[in-house]
Amino acid sequence: MIAVEQLTVGEEVATATYRFTRDSLVRYAGASGDFNPIHYRDDVAVSVGLPGVLAHGMLTMGVSVQPVVEWIGDPGRVRGYQVKFTRPVLVDPSEGAEITVLAKVGSVSPEDQTARIDLTVTFNGDTVLGKAQVLVSLAPTA
Amino acid sequence: MAVNPDIVGRSCEPTEPYAVGREKVREFARAVMATSPIHTDVAAARAAGYTDIVAPPTFAVVVQEKTLAQLLAMPGANIDFSRVVHGSQDFTFTRPIVAGDELTAVLTVESVKSLAGNSMVTAVSQITDATGAHVVTATSTLVVRADDV
Repeated sequence: MIAVEQLTVGEEVATATYRFTRDSLVRYAGASGDFNPIHYRDDVAVSVGLPGVLAHGMLTMGVSVQPVVEWIGDPGRVRGYQVKFTRPVLVDPSEGAEITVLAKVGSVSPEDQTARIDLTVTFNGDTVLGKAQVLVSLAPTA
Repeated sequence: MAVNPDIVGRSCEPTEPYAVGREKVREFARAVMATSPIHTDVAAARAAGYTDIVAPPTFAVVVQEKTLAQLLAMPGANIDFSRVVHGSQDFTFTRPIVAGDELTAVLTVESVKSLAGNSMVTAVSQITDATGAHVVTATSTLVVRADDV
């Protein structure tokens, strides 16, 4: 188990790369119930002025927290999670899209036994999420 | 037309109870590329102290979404769905969602702001379990783009 006292602000705790394909988007649409066609139909995406099919923002958010969950080892220790959607992730029909997540310690609170983990999520060299922060509990289990 | 600022403070009716099923949790976990066995393996979840498998943090949006549908349909709100973009999202948990939960959500409009012709609507959905205890608060800011000129 990770002890909050051992963490240093700015320390990198996890990093991972994920590939989104059109299949990923269809799978997320079914799992989440978000069937907005801009996430699977090029003709609809183009008709509303987009360059093509985009990943669901909530898919990017949902995947981006996973390196943190793997690091703490227990998804129930996520106490809070917030993001701003700043840039879209365009998913090419054949190549897909690759996103990279870098997780660093943003702040620690030994009193509450919590840490704020800040995520940098990039696609094609640009960040796609702003103020992406995960609050995790590191309290020892009773 | 801009979003009607008079909707600030308005709440919707509680949503019908949403029954969190194991297979839905597993399906969602796979969709968000989650690897923790606590999402999929009941024995692993119980060993970690939970009553059943634990949903990924962003699963809460599945329950929240029913309240956002109410918001978009709110009489007099004047929210054009075709112009809505998801601006930001926040989840604040009292405890994680687990399979077997029956969850109800109540949305309240927190704010309506105008910025460069766009409207920004912030809505807070309180999600509670069958006993009425708080599970998670899901907050979304929706950006409603200005009409084309």
